[in-house]
Amino acid sequence: MVERQSPLEPEFHVGSHGNFEHGVEILLTETRPGSIVQLAAWPGEEKKLIAAIRTVVGLALPDGAGGGMSDGAKSVFGFAPGKFTVADEAEGLAAAFAKAVTPDIGTVTDLSHGRTAIRIAGPKAEWVLAKFFAIDFALPAFPVGAGRSTVHHDVFAQIHRTGTDQFDLYVFRSFARSFWKALCHACEEVGYEVQ
Amino acid sequence: MLITCPYCGPRDVIEFTYQGDGNRERPEPASQNFEAWNAYVYDRLNPAGDHNEIWQHSGGCRAHLRVVRNTLTHEISSVAFVRGDHGSGARRKAEDKP
Repeated sequence: MVERQSPLEPEFHVGSHGNFEHGVEILLTETRPGSIVQLAAWPGEEKKLIAAIRTVVGLALPDGAGGGMSDGAKSVFGFAPGKFTVADEAEGLAAAFAKAVTPDIGTVTDLSHGRTAIRIAGPKAEWVLAKFFAIDFALPAFPVGAGRSTVHHDVFAQIHRTGTDQFDLYVFRSFARSFWKALCHACEEVGYEVQ
Repeated sequence: MLITCPYCGPRDVIEFTYQGDGNRERPEPASQNFEAWNAYVYDRLNPAGDHNEIWQHSGGCRAHLRVVRNTLTHEISSVAFVRGDHGSGARRKAEDKP
């Protein structure tokens, strides 16, 4: 397979930045999943779609709005009624779902080239994201595994909490570099490391 | 102003787009009843109080919502999906409510 170029590249500077003399409190990485797929169920077919997700990626989605989970390599979360984002380190997720999600269940949209996945981790991750998004990042309101869809100005973002102090952000590829620069600026005051 | 989306929970109004008066009833597309069309396009109740409105959570789950907003206080007394056929998975659990 051809290696995918990162849209962040000109602004992606590995190393420690900002106010890090007292230690870095944020770790930024681009997770570069091989596949990012959006699934949507027709009304009333949500349960069949959730079953198809379980068959293809082996993750059983918890019930309820914004529910999700991750096993490290594969991630899935709900971001709208009957709609789910699935990411996998490996390529070929869309083809696998095209077989499992028949036209009477719903639709499969391959966004592998359309989204950029940025991981923000560290003790100040919640604090930095709170500067960006007007949502509640406290653990009881946003538990590990859950997903949220929101906006930073007009940049639509899907946020997946993959750890107590770790979030995966999915942003439009075309806005990713500008979003990345803003994120780096926001991390400066606490010190951050790009890996 | 916060709108509590049935899927996403309480969100700031900047995430939402106003889609118009929720009291309007669109005539049949082939209707020749010009009075009905005129009422659909121009007549508004303009109440000083509770008002039925359609909003879209455009900066979130993108669902269309039926909202009752008080035009005097901006108090939101009810929010529901315009589409009633979303499954139980489309609603936040009771314990998630603020």
